[in-house]
Amino acid sequence: MCPPSHYAIRYEINPWMKITHTVNPAAARRQWDALSSLLRRLGVSVTLIPQRKGSPDMVFTANAGIARGRTFIPSHFRYRERQAESAAFTRFFKRKGYRVVDAAKGLYFEGEGDLLSYRDMLWGGFRYRSELSAHEKVSAALGKRLVSLELAQPRFYHLDTCFFPLDERTILYYPGAFDAYGRRVIRRFAENPVAVGKADAHRFACNAYRVGRKVVLNEVSRALKRRLHALGYQAAETPTSEFVKAGGSVKCLLLKL
Amino acid sequence: MKAQKNSKFSETLLLQGHIIDSLTFSKVLDRIMERGGRFSIDEIHVGQRKNERSRALLQVGAGTQGRLDELLKELRNLGAEVLEKEDVRLAPAPKDGVFPEGFYATTNLETWVRLKGRWVRVRTEQMDAGIRVNRARSSAETVRFGGVKRGDLFVIGHHGVKVVPLERPRDAALFEFMTSDASTEKPKTVFIRQIADAIRQTRRQSPPGKVLVVAGPAVVHTGAHKDLAWLIERGFVQVLFAGNALAAHDLEADLFGTSLGLSLTSGAVTHGGHEHHLRAINLIRRVGSIREAVKRRKVRGGIMAACVRKKIPFVLAGSIRDDGPLPEVLTDVLEAQRAMRRELEGVQVAIMLATTLHSVAVGNLLPARVRTICVDMNPSSVTKLSDRGTWQSIGLVTDVGYFLRQLREDLTR
Repeated sequence: MCPPSHYAIRYEINPWMKITHTVNPAAARRQWDALSSLLRRLGVSVTLIPQRKGSPDMVFTANAGIARGRTFIPSHFRYRERQAESAAFTRFFKRKGYRVVDAAKGLYFEGEGDLLSYRDMLWGGFRYRSELSAHEKVSAALGKRLVSLELAQPRFYHLDTCFFPLDERTILYYPGAFDAYGRRVIRRFAENPVAVGKADAHRFACNAYRVGRKVVLNEVSRALKRRLHALGYQAAETPTSEFVKAGGSVKCLLLKL
Repeated sequence: MKAQKNSKFSETLLLQGHIIDSLTFSKVLDRIMERGGRFSIDEIHVGQRKNERSRALLQVGAGTQGRLDELLKELRNLGAEVLEKEDVRLAPAPKDGVFPEGFYATTNLETWVRLKGRWVRVRTEQMDAGIRVNRARSSAETVRFGGVKRGDLFVIGHHGVKVVPLERPRDAALFEFMTSDASTEKPKTVFIRQIADAIRQTRRQSPPGKVLVVAGPAVVHTGAHKDLAWLIERGFVQVLFAGNALAAHDLEADLFGTSLGLSLTSGAVTHGGHEHHLRAINLIRRVGSIREAVKRRKVRGGIMAACVRKKIPFVLAGSIRDDGPLPEVLTDVLEAQRAMRRELEGVQVAIMLATTLHSVAVGNLLPARVRTICVDMNPSSVTKLSDRGTWQSIGLVTDVGYFLRQLREDLTR
């Protein structure tokens, strides 16, 4: 995770971001601290990377790349505004002793934001940020089967904003973020596809992280909490409103090592 | 799934990866069809094991280069890779007026060349020329022998050259119906009426297409010069190509009422008539030009006067047996060719009246898409022109006098 020491909205590269919609730095810090301590309390070991000045979105570490074992595949950001983050992340992983494999060289690839694991397959979202061909390259490098999903709504510009593999059986997803093909593919491969409603989707309910039986996420509807409960999980809500302003929530704020 | 041969523009796409599971393959095909494109599958391999990737090779086509580009952009987003075709091969001209060895000789069809991975349309399509390429400007144009400069880069071989076959426009019933074989048995009145319709249609477009008339002196001998002048005055003709003879006899007719000395009213041989065209030429040469003679009202009627009054450009190309010639006649054939080519811009219909040499010369300069109508008494000269390998030319074996009178009548309606 990356503590928000320089987090702000300085540009607009997704429909959530509005320069006029300013971030309250103290509130952002409070929300981030609450999230990281919640994760630690749940037994997650958190490694920190300092935020680079001039890279306000670096707090969204999910987009740094993909870390698998001791290998790190760095991203290639679509927007110039975020491109400086790549060098900082790569340096960090090298220093940690990771082997850096630039599998998506020359292609747009935004890491775990667009590429998620479910049932030994990689699920890649493309169109707004990552390119489908980048996922082909990355999945080939990792020796995994790839399922591609075209994103169909600019508000859900990364796959992790609308698609959450909860466990080996269940996927939470927001159908409105996909086209008919994508919905068909999800329903075909997921044992238990659970559709999330529009209001929860806009509260980034799919941008969640599971630790054991707990699902860490932004504040969501009671109906969704009941649904999770029925699936055997407990919602651990933690407010991320300051980060939603930039189009991110829990999952965006962390990268799985 | 059968290859669609009538797609004008096409590229080869490679689609690989987990294209079946993700429905990417079906999506690509659906997208192509939704966008009005066409495809054919050249090769497909479906992965047999979970981690084995599938692979498909397909041809994708669309009606215009623009539509194809748009479609490809979209398909690239779906992970399709456009297989690079080869660029054209170029070689410099060894000296002025000489193409490099193995130069690509053009047809009269729309032609595209691939430069730095992009298809570029070759300007001014004409047959029997070379393709000169300007690499800096990414442009290409046809050039004939006369225009070749030493060191100019020309396309050699056939790599990276694409010729677009003509599509039959749906509205061109006449041209579709008539095959290009000249026949005396064709129901002429019907055809002439349809030619009149084609002319009207061309003029009604926005911007209006031009009608070119290439005429031989028989137009005057048959007394039809008045009908042709009428067509010009009424705005049905935008360009005139002819030789010295047509102009000379047209002027003779206006000045003396004869054509080659024969009275155009009685058909009788007039006294000293054989000198009339010489006297006409002499008068014009004295005045300085046909344009000047019309302006000074020395010449009042006829084809040339109509052209001058209506400011219709005319190109008079000279030949070895010309008397005079008239001041406007271009005696340098290459210069005449260049002048004709300049005036061909925007021409959509070409009517060739009773002239073999001029018709063939103009025919060689015309892009295949120009609808060509050739009228001559002599079937062999009609056939010669109709044999240009395009269905867009029709031949009518008949008297030009009858043709022009009938055409005028149809256009009056």
